[in-house]
Amino acid sequence: MSRTITIDPVTRIEGHAKITIYLDNDGQVEDARFHVTEFRGFEKFCEGRSFWEMPGITARICGICPVSHLLASSKAGDAILGVRIPPTAEKLRRLMNWGQLVQSHALSFFHLSAPDLLLGMESDPAQRNIAGLIAKYPDIARNGIRLRRFGQEIIRILGGQSVHPAWTVPGGVREPLSNDHRNQIKRMLPEAFDIIGLALDLFKEAAEDLQEEAQVYGNFPSLYMGLVTPDGGLEHYDGVLRVVDSGGKVLEAGFPPERYRDIIGEAVEPWSYLKFPYYKPYAYGGPSYYKMGMYRVGPLARVNICDRAGTPKADEELRAFRQLSPKDKPVASSFYYHYARLIEILFSLEKIAETVEDPTITNARVRSHADVNQLVGVGVSEAPRGTLFHEYHVNEDGILQKVNLIIATGQNNLAMNRTVQQIARQYIRNGEITEGVLNRIEHGIRTYDPCLSCSTHAVGQMPMHVTVIAADGTVVSERTRG
Amino acid sequence: MRRTTLQVHESSAKPAGAPKIRLATAWLGGCSGCHMSFLDLDERLIELAEVAELVYSPIADIKEFPENVDVCLVEGAVANVDHVKLAQEIRARSKVVVSFGDCAVTGNVTSLRNRLGVDDLLNQVYQNGPGSVPRGEGDEVVPRLIERVLPLHQVIQVDAFIPGCPPDPERIWAAVSALLRGEPVVLSADMRRFG
Ligand code: SF4
Repeated sequence: MSRTITIDPVTRIEGHAKITIYLDNDGQVEDARFHVTEFRGFEKFCEGRSFWEMPGITARICGICPVSHLLASSKAGDAILGVRIPPTAEKLRRLMNWGQLVQSHALSFFHLSAPDLLLGMESDPAQRNIAGLIAKYPDIARNGIRLRRFGQEIIRILGGQSVHPAWTVPGGVREPLSNDHRNQIKRMLPEAFDIIGLALDLFKEAAEDLQEEAQVYGNFPSLYMGLVTPDGGLEHYDGVLRVVDSGGKVLEAGFPPERYRDIIGEAVEPWSYLKFPYYKPYAYGGPSYYKMGMYRVGPLARVNICDRAGTPKADEELRAFRQLSPKDKPVASSFYYHYARLIEILFSLEKIAETVEDPTITNARVRSHADVNQLVGVGVSEAPRGTLFHEYHVNEDGILQKVNLIIATGQNNLAMNRTVQQIARQYIRNGEITEGVLNRIEHGIRTYDPCLSCSTHAVGQMPMHVTVIAADGTVVSERTRG
Repeated sequence: MRRTTLQVHESSAKPAGAPKIRLATAWLGGCSGCHMSFLDLDERLIELAEVAELVYSPIADIKEFPENVDVCLVEGAVANVDHVKLAQEIRARSKVVVSFGDCAVTGNVTSLRNRLGVDDLLNQVYQNGPGSVPRGEGDEVVPRLIERVLPLHQVIQVDAFIPGCPPDPERIWAAVSALLRGEPVVLSADMRRFG
């Protein structure tokens, strides 16, 4: 008798995501689905508005990575204006982007995942959160709060506020960086470097104890995609698209991001509001719903596909990371998203340190002015969770006729589904569900740090409601926890 | 700005060992930016943990909205059937419900879809891919969207409002610390702006 297990993060918490697991006649896991239950319709309701408004509107897609939307949207606007923005404006945008990477990755590592990594996958669910961390490891919690704050502070210094700053605009940015502010950033850097060193040690210690998890938390072949610099370095603001397969073979070496539609298709499924992007030259189709065209984006993908980070400390750490996988092959387990995130924080800190020493960073010329010159604009950036595309079609007055957004987390949709299946197969035996299994499945999703408000943003633990339903519809067993 | 006169507890001077305030935060149709601004309280979060217990929140691991909540901050507008249900539970189980941020207060960006019909919206957003459009029907795996996105106070009674998109951390601290002291939320003029 086949059965269905529904893991429902109780819609009453956020109504954002649910998981269904299908069991076969023997009670073994046959299939699993990760459902995204949030829908806000930005692509459609922006039609008829001006592209000038888009940075401000699309930032409101996500409060955790608003800067990514601000950047992708402003860059799409730059393309519509047909201008090159002043060099200092580009440096300032990059600076804000690195600030965001630090704050978002710090949130993911310390506030959201550290409770699992440090308190244990099977620890008391009532304590497995930031408050539990404050109680048990107050110093670690405080450090995490301070590192996130460093990133938020950079955004605030540049843009006036840490969430949704109205600062980057088509053509550049609104305000230059003052010398005082530059010095303020310099003063904050040493502490941030100290904390990331500590975080790397913490992760490595935790990883030693979690080797079994690392084997099944999304450990499978897939493609990886992200931006790299034209010469193959780690990149988060511009550059070219690279796609690498699970054996390390480069499928796309330097694809122009504005032609993303040629290599990215978007499938939809009736059971999720989140679309299913896939690599078009490979198929979407086949025996199961995650198909050959499955690719991963985000920190793990970025550190897998680049030839080098390009800064000394991050490069050293990257060499250690690469030891996790046999020669030249990408690291396959999503468990190591955590590690990749910390490497990216280190990289961002080094880049911030380098940028504030640049004598041109305080230049006053930060905005180019123009009118609509192109009717289509594509803007791309590497959000903390992966590559983000904004594509706008406007009329001569700049009124939007069509909008397409490809959100970072969406591109991990197929892989997240596969991860749920892998963990469920490993830990669910004969349809039996334990609290430990629930948290493991949850953590598997959390490795991707899914930005589910760009879809459904499940911050923190997802309370779950699991129902095992027999093929005839009767409820076999039920379990709730959160 | 409406004032709440509900007393959360008797006095601001909490003797050691006194029960902590039961604080909740919830997230409806929003971007999580209000919650991020809440986290921007930074080290004041540690202070807060001393006087308040976070009994329900997207950043904590709690199974369902608990009974006897003293104060609940609600981010986001009401956009689907699950939000309606959660809002009603929050109201039934909380002494003070706060509309937290512009989406909850006015509908804000989340309500920009209101000029379009739900069917139209779903068809157009999902029309291009292979596969079929998620409708939020039948098995209710994905919750059905309500026709018009509503601000929170049009669905349940709300006791206090914190505007801002997001409200900045100072404003949040002013409101939350007043609520924790059992005082009415009185925000100064510069803390009452939208956006
Ligand atoms: S009010 Fe602004 S910050 Fe808060 S949820 Fe809405 S869009 Fe996000």
